[in-house]
Amino acid sequence: MALAVEMRDLTVTYNGHVALEDVNLEIEEGKFVGILGPNGAGKSTLLKAILGLVKPTKGKVLVFGQLPERVIGKGGLVGYLPQRPLNNPTFPVTALDVVLMGRYGKVGLLRRPTPQDRELAMKALERVGITHLATRNIGELSGGEQQRVFIARAICVEPRLLMLDEPTVSLDACAQDELYELIAQLKEEMELTVLMVCHDVGAISRHVDDVVCINRRVHLHQPPPLGRIGLEQTFGCSVEYLFHGEVPHRVVRSHDG
Amino acid sequence: MDEFLSAGFLHRAFLAGVVVSGLCGVLSVFVVLRKMAFIGVGISHSAFGGVALGLVMAMSPFWTGLAFASMVALLIEWARSAGKVEEDTAIGILFSASMALGVIFLHLSRTYNVDVFGFLFGNILAVGKEQLWEVSLLALGVAVCTICLFKEFVFLSFDEAMAWVSGLPVTFLRYFFSILLALTVIVSIYLVGIVLVEALLVIPGAISRNLAREIKRMTLVSASVAVAATVVGLGISYWLDLPPGAVIVAVLCGGFFLAALRARKARMS
Repeated sequence: MALAVEMRDLTVTYNGHVALEDVNLEIEEGKFVGILGPNGAGKSTLLKAILGLVKPTKGKVLVFGQLPERVIGKGGLVGYLPQRPLNNPTFPVTALDVVLMGRYGKVGLLRRPTPQDRELAMKALERVGITHLATRNIGELSGGEQQRVFIARAICVEPRLLMLDEPTVSLDACAQDELYELIAQLKEEMELTVLMVCHDVGAISRHVDDVVCINRRVHLHQPPPLGRIGLEQTFGCSVEYLFHGEVPHRVVRSHDG
Repeated sequence: MDEFLSAGFLHRAFLAGVVVSGLCGVLSVFVVLRKMAFIGVGISHSAFGGVALGLVMAMSPFWTGLAFASMVALLIEWARSAGKVEEDTAIGILFSASMALGVIFLHLSRTYNVDVFGFLFGNILAVGKEQLWEVSLLALGVAVCTICLFKEFVFLSFDEAMAWVSGLPVTFLRYFFSILLALTVIVSIYLVGIVLVEALLVIPGAISRNLAREIKRMTLVSASVAVAATVVGLGISYWLDLPPGAVIVAVLCGGFFLAALRARKARMS
């Protein structure tokens, strides 16, 4: 099986503190991988290292066997949904404009998007189920609809790797479930490798093939069901379990003492 | 009216005013959306150092001012990306340093008959034929560059990190926009002066944000508003014998409050 992402002894230092340390990681193509860890553990940094947005202090990252800068420069292999994709909620662009932006790298400087680019953008909106919102301003949409627009932007380059940084963080429970379903469905339809940073242990255990637990170092890399010990190693404290089932049920472990 | 249109210097003032304010209106949209208002202040004030240097060395203050402003624009961008100093701190230091140098240069030049006041607050009626050409050519160049890179600048304003991920040359675009801004500031100095350039870089964008909801439309509205304010302002200043630069800025400010009021009413109803 070919590798989508490969990390060798990766260390990333950020403003003087170590965000990732000696990370060795292999992610096979076609897998749905969840990334789990406490705040400040380096989850987003891991994604940014794959994108080349942060440079390794030591070691290296390969994306489909190449350095990130080369992959990104060409545009199209990697789709990315950042943690807070809408910095300016009143920015005067429509949902379709936002999706089209994903193609600008491929369109090239000094050129205008072709009708074919528009078609691909509309197709991406169709895949996430919101073609009817294409002409609405991005700021007028609900949180869940906005996330769909940004996912459409990520997939309109027809990537092979899709990376999502806490895609459901500001959504209610219902919208969260719908979004996870959508991501799983896109993965199947488009034969994607998916890397998703997520806090929701329940969702991760339902959808993903592998889990990467990080707290500066990568602690383990094992298929679900998640072991409590593994989680506790990552978070450094006792862990509360929350699972969805036919009947929602909840198991809580108390702290000792 | 006949007398008004036939006077050569007035004709030139109008032409220069329309060209410069239209250009400022276009750039203004990005200044507002990228939250670069203070960068505009920094670049425009730092032009003062360059203008004064030109006077000392008996060179054209236009070109020395341009060199100074571009250099400071690049330094601000660099400070912003290097992250060693807070961006607004860097701007504060650079522009006061540049103005201090300007005062020293002026003192050294010992020429007291220079129109310093004109540089600070604009003297559009003094625009000569040659200057009108300089201004028009530079403005045309900047406008063409901005229109050609319009979609890139929109993406850059929307989300820089994502623009990078999509494969846009973000660093180049950022520095290039700074240079375009510096050029715009320099051509605007004739119209409203170093101190008041900021008004042309911020207010048209702010007005159009209240009047338009789509970015291309917003750019058109912004440029039209800037040109309209300049024409009205020049007219008023001619008839009431007031300083043109200041009147233009006052008209723009009035326009902003009207637009804000209208947007408020639209929201309430």
